[in-house]
Amino acid sequence: MKKIFYLFINLLIFAGVLLAITGCSSNTETETSSTPTTPTPDNPEVILATTTSTQDSGLLDVLVPMFEEQTGYHVKTVAVGTGAALAMGEQGEADVLLVHAPTSELPLMENGDCISRKLVMHNDFVIVGPPSDPAGISGTSDAVAALKAIADSESIFISRGDDSGTNKMELSLWSKTSVDPSGQSWYQESGQGMGATLTITSEKQAYTLTDRATYLATQANLELEIFTQGDPLLLNIYHVMQVNPAKNDLINGAGGEAFVDFMIDPATQAVIKDFGVDKYGQPLFFPDADKTEADLGSV
Amino acid sequence: MDLIVQGIVNAFQLLIHGDPEVIQITLLSLAVSLGATAISLILGITFGTVIGLTRFPGRRFLASLINTGMGAPPVVVGLIVSVFLWRNGPFGILHLMYTPYAIVIAQCIISLPIITGFTMASIQQIDPKLRLQILSLGASRFQYLWLLVRDTRLPLLAAVMAGFGSIISEVGAAMMVGGNIAGDTRVLTTATVLAVSKGEFPLAIALGIILMALVYLVNMVLTTVQQRSKPR
Repeated sequence: MKKIFYLFINLLIFAGVLLAITGCSSNTETETSSTPTTPTPDNPEVILATTTSTQDSGLLDVLVPMFEEQTGYHVKTVAVGTGAALAMGEQGEADVLLVHAPTSELPLMENGDCISRKLVMHNDFVIVGPPSDPAGISGTSDAVAALKAIADSESIFISRGDDSGTNKMELSLWSKTSVDPSGQSWYQESGQGMGATLTITSEKQAYTLTDRATYLATQANLELEIFTQGDPLLLNIYHVMQVNPAKNDLINGAGGEAFVDFMIDPATQAVIKDFGVDKYGQPLFFPDADKTEADLGSV
Repeated sequence: MDLIVQGIVNAFQLLIHGDPEVIQITLLSLAVSLGATAISLILGITFGTVIGLTRFPGRRFLASLINTGMGAPPVVVGLIVSVFLWRNGPFGILHLMYTPYAIVIAQCIISLPIITGFTMASIQQIDPKLRLQILSLGASRFQYLWLLVRDTRLPLLAAVMAGFGSIISEVGAAMMVGGNIAGDTRVLTTATVLAVSKGEFPLAIALGIILMALVYLVNMVLTTVQQRSKPR
């Protein structure tokens, strides 16, 4: 609040003089400065590049303030698709990544773009569609078979089309069917985040692949039902990755490391476990810091 | 229909209860866009007057560039500013990316051609005889310029309104260079986009109403100033 207040005053003086408007808008805001009982790190700014699902589901609204209070860092959360988040890591534009596309994450470790990668949590992807279910996939737990049925019935399928983790998962599922959806009239790309894509899917009464968390968080506005779930292929695994501070001088190595440690801390994991239970009756994410990917039975 | 009513109700609730987050977002939007307008006003009036009054080689080309810039897409401006402000970019060392200052820079670039263009056109439409008359009455160079700028204050205020209106309502550049970071660079437009993608439509509508009310308020003040002068 304080920072903005100063910026506001600075700029307003500027604008006020120029526009010769007397009596600038009153600004009696007295900021409630949270007393700094927390440590102040040398470089307090941490850029977190993450996926839209962690933001749209509201998880980060809970975790980021916790981290800031515990460590004194200030997190700048940039919510983009996983593809863009990984690219930001590669370029050294972010300090830490929270992403969900394991096969695309590994090359960054191999190339030395990231120096640590820790399993944080998982949930699962589900295939949702209109209550009328024109493709008749209700009760099909086999994700590949469900997609094939959607293709065969030429029901509209909305793809994210934005190189996000969800989009990567969807494309890997299509590659397991004998269908090449690109260019088909029933296959449409929204190019937007998960929340917006679900809205479009609902309006068009189409099918889409979504992570469960975003679906549960936005369900109230949607006319969509979950049809396919529980396939081991649909596992959605989130990792936190620290960008290699040696890449350039501006990367906040200590801050990135602190965020990684925070995400796998038992107290944080407990918060993740309970997140959303009160609101949706079920957890949105399952904490996994004490497990390995093999334990989850994926790949 | 319910949604619209709920949105309006929500907007008033947020305003009356003084929701701290919404107030902060609103003040930031106002600060950033007024600041950007002010900076481009200084630069724009200067450039516009110079280009309007002088003749030099390449002047027509420059004028056509400025007129094109009046329609510059905010996302493209955002992208160009990002490339310069990224850590790997030439100004990365300044740590401006994902700060309100980055948004101010991008919005300046968007509104500068608008204000320059308006100034240039309105200076040029002044009767050349008047200019001669001012000079022949023995005005100093400064007095001469001041009189010209004063004489164009009506179109200049229109320029301010057009410039301010175009940047407070733009979302592409603010999203790209600001990053829509809560409490930091979240302005009314990017907050609206986020509310929509979260499916929180009443909040989105409420933010939209606040944005439009704000634009109206600023324009009302400017219009009052503009129309105060007696018709000639």
